[in-house]
Amino acid sequence: MKTEVTDPVTAVKEIKDGDTVLVGGFGMAGMPVELIDALIEHGAGDLTIVSNNAGNGDTGLAALIAAGRVRKMVCSFPRQADSWHFDAAYRAGTIELELVPQGNLAERMRAAGAGIGAFYCPTGVGTPIAEGRETRVIDGREYVLEHPIRGDVALIRAHVADRLGNLVYRKTARNFGPVMATAATLTIAQVSRIVEVGELDPEAVVTPSIYVNRLVEVAA
Amino acid sequence: MNTEDLARIIAADIPAGAYVNLGIGQPTTIARYLKPDSGVTLHTENGMLGMGEVVPAEEADWDLTNAGKQPVTELPGAAYFHHADSFAMMRGGHLDVCVMGAFQVAAGGDLANWHTGAPDAIPAVGGAMDLAAGAKEVWVMMTLFTKKGEPKLVPSCTYPLTGKACVTRVYTDVATFHLGPSGVRVVATDGITFDQLTTRLDVPLIQA
Repeated sequence: MKTEVTDPVTAVKEIKDGDTVLVGGFGMAGMPVELIDALIEHGAGDLTIVSNNAGNGDTGLAALIAAGRVRKMVCSFPRQADSWHFDAAYRAGTIELELVPQGNLAERMRAAGAGIGAFYCPTGVGTPIAEGRETRVIDGREYVLEHPIRGDVALIRAHVADRLGNLVYRKTARNFGPVMATAATLTIAQVSRIVEVGELDPEAVVTPSIYVNRLVEVAA
Repeated sequence: MNTEDLARIIAADIPAGAYVNLGIGQPTTIARYLKPDSGVTLHTENGMLGMGEVVPAEEADWDLTNAGKQPVTELPGAAYFHHADSFAMMRGGHLDVCVMGAFQVAAGGDLANWHTGAPDAIPAVGGAMDLAAGAKEVWVMMTLFTKKGEPKLVPSCTYPLTGKACVTRVYTDVATFHLGPSGVRVVATDGITFDQLTTRLDVPLIQA
């Protein structure tokens, strides 16, 4: 499908109450702040958010949590010095937490995007994370069965896109973007700049356009 | 000894040319003592090899941070990659050494460093379980005793585990231990004797 170039509010308009939304970023690096602002304005709530952290400071994902739109956080590292909005909601019992080791979070989304049914992973064997889960010994090593994480929507930030939706990222702001782009039904990318087709070096494209449904340009 | 001295000792023990992940907190200080000619390449789990040093906020590029979300530099020869690749690198056994902090380490190498188990605590695991399961060598940097004087090298962990039988070395402020099939070997001490260690730890020790 052709990638649509649009504005933040139009881009997020189909997000529904109860949707699972994959939100890119590691802390604020790669966080699609303007797309989240548009989601707050749009009004969808009761959301399950999949993101590495549970909001930093008062903007981006933290603002979405502060607005009371998040029912459940699936993340690896919620507790930080500046995660006060999540902390308050968690202690008030208004937000649910599913803690997932960081690599499992990434690989479970990768599996979703790659059509993998489930996979055996050594991370967390013998820890509370693996309690009650299916395990298997393969070549003498124990593994835990991990299932894919799919999103209804992915909100990611990249650096530059061409009009087809090919994406390049910038430094460690790449983080979860390329994986999340593959794992959602609707992928919306916020970029600093959109260039004409042919201007990106095909060898340098990190996320091919096939994964990107909507593009929003927000000057950095 | 203090954190800086300990960091210097650990840095000197990292093999030349190794690919290394330094955990957030104290282990980050080890980077300062890696000699430029050692050829050690730092991996940061948020997607980079060839990470440089932490820089002050006024020099920050916020698209370039370490696992603790501090701004850092990129060294010549650096490479960026996404999160699934970054953790495939760990799990796939490509990372030579990781150094992490710990609440407790068991004599058999079990590691506890993500959750105190306190009912009101908000747990956070990050990449610790992936590192514990994936790195070829897992080293711990910690104080040997808690502020209350309780040993952190224990017969078995009372805190929830991060990984089983994964730790190979424990570097502490008063002694360095190598963990292996034959048991716990004390390879260095600082301001404490072997006999004092055997009295204060509930773990059989082997004198190196």
